[in-house]
Amino acid sequence: MIMNEPDSKRIWSEYQKEIADDHYFYVRSCIRQSFFPGSEQFFLKMMREILRKDVYENPSHTTCTGIGYHTDIVPFETIMTVIARHFALMKEAGYKNIAISCVTSFGIYTEIIETWKHFPDTLEKTREYLFKATGREFDVPENMAHTSDIVYKFRNEIASMAKYRLVNRHTGKPLRVVEHIGCHYSKMFPKYGVGGAEFPKVLSGMIEAWGGEVVDYPERRHCCGFGFRQYIVQANRGYSLSNSIKKFESMKPYRPDFIITNCPGCNMFMDRWQYTIREMEGRTYGENGLSIPVLTYEEVAGLVLGINPWELGLQYHMVQPEPLIDKMGIEYSHSDKFITKDGRPLPEPGKLINV
Amino acid sequence: MESLYNQLLKDVRFEEGLNACMNCGVCTAICPAAEFYNYDPRKIVDEVQEKNDDTIEALLKSDTIWYCGECMSCKTRCPRGNTPGLIIMALRTLSQKLGYFTESEKGRQQLAIKRSVGENIFKYGYCVAAYAVDPEKHPEQGPIWNFIIDHSREIYERFGGRIDEEGEGPLRKIPADAKEELHRIFDVTGGTEFMKNIEKHSQRKAKELGIQIDSGLDDEYFIRVYTENNGTHTHNKTE
Repeated sequence: MIMNEPDSKRIWSEYQKEIADDHYFYVRSCIRQSFFPGSEQFFLKMMREILRKDVYENPSHTTCTGIGYHTDIVPFETIMTVIARHFALMKEAGYKNIAISCVTSFGIYTEIIETWKHFPDTLEKTREYLFKATGREFDVPENMAHTSDIVYKFRNEIASMAKYRLVNRHTGKPLRVVEHIGCHYSKMFPKYGVGGAEFPKVLSGMIEAWGGEVVDYPERRHCCGFGFRQYIVQANRGYSLSNSIKKFESMKPYRPDFIITNCPGCNMFMDRWQYTIREMEGRTYGENGLSIPVLTYEEVAGLVLGINPWELGLQYHMVQPEPLIDKMGIEYSHSDKFITKDGRPLPEPGKLINV
Repeated sequence: MESLYNQLLKDVRFEEGLNACMNCGVCTAICPAAEFYNYDPRKIVDEVQEKNDDTIEALLKSDTIWYCGECMSCKTRCPRGNTPGLIIMALRTLSQKLGYFTESEKGRQQLAIKRSVGENIFKYGYCVAAYAVDPEKHPEQGPIWNFIIDHSREIYERFGGRIDEEGEGPLRKIPADAKEELHRIFDVTGGTEFMKNIEKHSQRKAKELGIQIDSGLDDEYFIRVYTENNGTHTHNKTE
């Protein structure tokens, strides 16, 4: 049966998400700041200096304890109260829109807010706990966005300022891009993600707006394999590696030019496991024996806007980006790749991939 | 004593995660853990909904409940609105409260997680921080990680980083009063007690097994639980 127009509009409206336009309370990610510090810094710079938005960061904001929660050493009551403290810091600073830089955190915020709705006594208990522990009070945010939602919201503005596009300058064809959303973005509570769990648009929308082509492949929605305890404990890492390999094997025939990720953990795993499998078995997943560069959405936005790749921190992945940035026609110099803030050269790290 | 099933019911995640399972197996089909481990979330949900305490106790003492990666892919797919991943989280919490986690190889690993991720939270105010990811324990991080750790101050500084300094920026030092608040939240909500309990039961188990245990990341028991893999957990799959 063909849906009539109002039905179709109603159904698709369920996959839309309200994303605040300005005035964000920004919460960092333990993993993103450790492994991709340039991504978070560029996000803030882009928001404040290019898009002219107000983004506030409170240095007293701590871990959300999410990795501890999903490795089952932090009780639910505890993490609910830690999150409530973040909301209290937001309230005290006069903000109502939260911008979260981590998919694990984002999933936790969604789970907690939904729990408070389904079990109102847990919200009251959390208020009591927080007040008892800190004397603080909180409000639930009016708007909650993952930072990629915000980049998605402004994707067309970014496209209008683009210096480079996701196009292969040698062939003139769009670059083929694998997008990886990260399970906790919308598999738990689809309504919080752009496009829900079935049709996540958050990254594919960016790719299309910036000139690239989205690769659809069989294991597109499979987990990267983090599995929390399955990576953190050395004895379990075969789980993590095996699930990444399942994805790489599935995407390889589609010859992706790069992978863009939503979640900092997924990014780190898809980068590092390519190194590991290459070391262990000599297998690679890119063209001509190369590996596939894995970029955060902030890094991709930065390249599109013409930011120096080394100021974005692209050199601090295991899989180096040169094959990709050459295809995009980006100008760069090797001389400022490994330098300090004030321009002093650092030694050259050895055994990186794709160089 | 209150039945194990009733103890599980006190966890809102259990109440939310278990409605009525019709054994369709979609969760197992989608599950990344079932792909490689001897793991079947359908079977676990079915066993739990039988409300038989002997069965639940066996689960709480088994490796089985520790195979899930908490990706929550099962939540999206269950046609009855169950979430096997949430049931697993409730089982793991109860297993640790009762000290049953020390009865399985995978369960004993909770001590390694408590002493690494758990103690990072109190020490640094972060679950994970670059300086707490030891390249020797993480060979898969590759040579770039050794390089970053060897030159961390200069590298993070280029991106606005502030290792050991307060203020905005990546890896900023969390102020002492904020860490103190975090501590009090753990005290008030039972988080501190929960972690102490993991330590207490692990100490008991180490003594029972005659393995040296201390309080750091390098005693014999820690290394054992962090690295031991008896090789019976996965399918014997050929490609």
